[in-house]
Amino acid sequence: MKNLMFKSARALAVVAGLAVAGPALAAGDGPHVEKQPWSFAGPFGQFDKAQLQRGFQVYQEVCSACHGLSYVAFRNLAEEGGPGFSVDEVKALAAEYSIEDGPDNEGEMFERDGKPFDKFPSPFPNEQAARASNNGALPPDLSLIAKARAATRGFPWFVLDVATQYQENGPDYLYGLLTGYHEAPEGVEVPEGQYYNPGFIAGHTLAMAPPLSDELVEYSDGSPMTVDQYARDVSAFLMWTAEPHLESRKRIGFGVMAFLILFASLLYFTKRKIWRDVDH
Amino acid sequence: MAGHSTYEPQNAGAKWLERRLPVLSLVHGSFVAFPTPKNLNYWWTFGGIAFFVLVVQLITGIVLVMHYTPNDALAFASVEHIMRDVNYGWLMRYLHSNGASMFFFAVYIHIFRGMYYGSYKEPREIAWILGVLLFFLMVLTAFMGYVLPWGQMSLWGATVITSLFSAVPVVGEAITTWLWGGFAVGNPTLNRFFSLHYLLPFVILGVVMLHIWAFHVAGNNNPVGVDPKSDKDTVPFHPYYTLKDLFAIVVFMILFSWFVFYLPNYLGHADNYIPANPMVTPAHIVPEWFLLPFYAILRAITFDIGPIPSKLGGVIAMGGAIAILFVLPWLDTSKVRSANYRPVYRFFFWLFFFTTIMLGWLGSKPAEQPYIAWIQFFTVLYFAHFLIVLPVLGLIETPRKVPDSINDAVLGKSSDAA
Amino acid sequence: MEHTDTAEPSRRDFLYIATGAVGAVGAGALAWPFIHQMNPDASALALASIEVDVSAVEVGQSITVVWRGKPVFIRQRTEKEIAEATEVPIADLPDQFARNANLEEGADASDANRASTGKEAWLVMVGVCTHLGCVPLGESGDFGGWFCPCHGSHYDTAGRIRKGPAPENMLVPPYKFSGDDVVVIG
Repeated sequence: MKNLMFKSARALAVVAGLAVAGPALAAGDGPHVEKQPWSFAGPFGQFDKAQLQRGFQVYQEVCSACHGLSYVAFRNLAEEGGPGFSVDEVKALAAEYSIEDGPDNEGEMFERDGKPFDKFPSPFPNEQAARASNNGALPPDLSLIAKARAATRGFPWFVLDVATQYQENGPDYLYGLLTGYHEAPEGVEVPEGQYYNPGFIAGHTLAMAPPLSDELVEYSDGSPMTVDQYARDVSAFLMWTAEPHLESRKRIGFGVMAFLILFASLLYFTKRKIWRDVDH
Repeated sequence: MAGHSTYEPQNAGAKWLERRLPVLSLVHGSFVAFPTPKNLNYWWTFGGIAFFVLVVQLITGIVLVMHYTPNDALAFASVEHIMRDVNYGWLMRYLHSNGASMFFFAVYIHIFRGMYYGSYKEPREIAWILGVLLFFLMVLTAFMGYVLPWGQMSLWGATVITSLFSAVPVVGEAITTWLWGGFAVGNPTLNRFFSLHYLLPFVILGVVMLHIWAFHVAGNNNPVGVDPKSDKDTVPFHPYYTLKDLFAIVVFMILFSWFVFYLPNYLGHADNYIPANPMVTPAHIVPEWFLLPFYAILRAITFDIGPIPSKLGGVIAMGGAIAILFVLPWLDTSKVRSANYRPVYRFFFWLFFFTTIMLGWLGSKPAEQPYIAWIQFFTVLYFAHFLIVLPVLGLIETPRKVPDSINDAVLGKSSDAA
Repeated sequence: MEHTDTAEPSRRDFLYIATGAVGAVGAGALAWPFIHQMNPDASALALASIEVDVSAVEVGQSITVVWRGKPVFIRQRTEKEIAEATEVPIADLPDQFARNANLEEGADASDANRASTGKEAWLVMVGVCTHLGCVPLGESGDFGGWFCPCHGSHYDTAGRIRKGPAPENMLVPPYKFSGDDVVVIG
């Protein structure tokens, strides 16, 4: 009875909220992101090392022709929580790349073999060169791409995701993009040099030609050599390049949570004991 | 921060210090023996929680500065260096970026608690005003901190917000140029924001001390809203509230850790992982969630008001939304503090709460219909709460009977429950 | 009532002690990331080795290169310098250890243990005075080697401390010759 006003206020709030939110949120913006199963999802998620190695292979053989990985060093490939290459494999891999260094004693820049501490060299020397080679479009650096695309699942998911810890919208988006190339439907104009892909975040066409096709990359571990598998593997790999400490973050997080719950319980009983004799 | 101390120095060292600089008795009087109403509920712990997060922000911020480079060519890469190479750098940065959200979350609850229980009323006006000042300083600090990683949202958020000053008549352009140190947001802007972002938290710390001092003069308000009348109404701050606050802080840390370890980028914007590019504006510029209600009010004024163009009108409305909080103690005409005894006010309090939530949600939406109309509707509600509801309600509302003392209220409550 | 009065304190004490202990453990664990973040980061640890072309360094000349942010002296010594360094009895040296990262710990400070193995003329060492970290000057001091101007430490032609406040011989970093003219340090 005393809460009548309060209850009516709340009821009003809920009704008004639905009235505003319902139609507005249904419209949504950006592509629809389909949730995919990832080994690194959830509180105990960890990377699948074999998948990261395959994803790296896809990056190296396909993506790296146009896309850089400029915040990632070769040594990262052998570090804990990553694809799990050995130090020697990384040394050999780095040596396949040519890195500009210098100046030498004559003041000239020179090329030398890559070392583990070098970062992946970019395919183009600068933005202008990249645009000139790509019909005016700039292929983005992929180091952070899995965290840099604001693909959302819309209401009410964005609220529920706080509870379910869903934060794989980046790799979900990448997978959706790489598998999203289709014939343009009737009536959709595709400009010259563009390709139809409803999974793209800024419009329905983009300048990147479909990069993957079945049997394009030769896997040695017997995984299916399909566009679907390539897309999954390279998306997982790019999640790792964007968040290389994901595994230790979740592992430490579990310890922190367990500790805090224990400590909070003890404090609760301590606080109760102290307050036992006070009416409050 | 009040003279309630009955502190007697126990050992020779403490006695020596006490004669020369009585900090021990100050601390004892303020945080040990301080008589605190015994009926404070858990909403009262958010002041302590906010202070805890402030300390977290100070420490992680000092750590981040050890590795960060405030330069437009290097800032983004230095943040990635922190995230990838620095030992536990990712932890420091995620604590700091999520800490900003946690700070606002705690402070918003703290503010709403003050509004619900009338903690701004006589004689606590100065504590309230200092609190609003703290909030304003937090907004400034958070805004400048968001610029430092020098991603796309950093650059364009800074551009949009600093451009607000161009709405000022005559000198607007001169002010924005002065703020930028150039003709667009650039390296000079980044450097001065970095300098101020490092300075302001220490100013906040100082004002927090004044804020505590101010409400310790009058003593804490409490859910009943009646000042303590006897020793039966209070308990010493330690151990009763130290333990209660600590418990609440640890529970809050669970929420904090949930974001830091499992959803570290949930509250941020993906575009800030794209390096700043002055040639390309992101499709959709939004501030961080805690500034969204004010961002919505900024966009509410789409029409000219007499000689005031809509752009300036929006800036005035947004500034007014914070500024009106400063005079809240004089807008509320009711003598009864706690909303527990003001049924009509309680309804309007929750309506106001709902208004701010809706403004926050609408602030994240693009500037198009029907959002604009809804923003205008809720902006009117926001200001009406302060300018019409509070002054009028105090005159016409009949409050329920307020208990004579805290102890009476507590005993009455327990007999009700039994 | 009396019964509970006697039983209660110990149970309560246990709760307080347990809470305090758990809190202390947590505070300790929390402190570590904040301390460790100041240690060298992964990129600094990875920058391990440099290659130096020494073909232009004639007998009696030195060059200084930077390795891990510190100067490294590379000197091709003269016959006279080698002879002077070899003649000194090890017992006369203030620091009788080689301080050579390429040898076993505890190797003695003979000239052979200081110079490059198989290439006695070459001396490679970190050019940092072991006293307080200044960079000593070459071809100077009482022993014809290096002299540190900060506090007057004299090093001989094998980079060994002979006089002054420095406690140790200058350090020989891990290095090797790759081919005749290229030194790989680190």
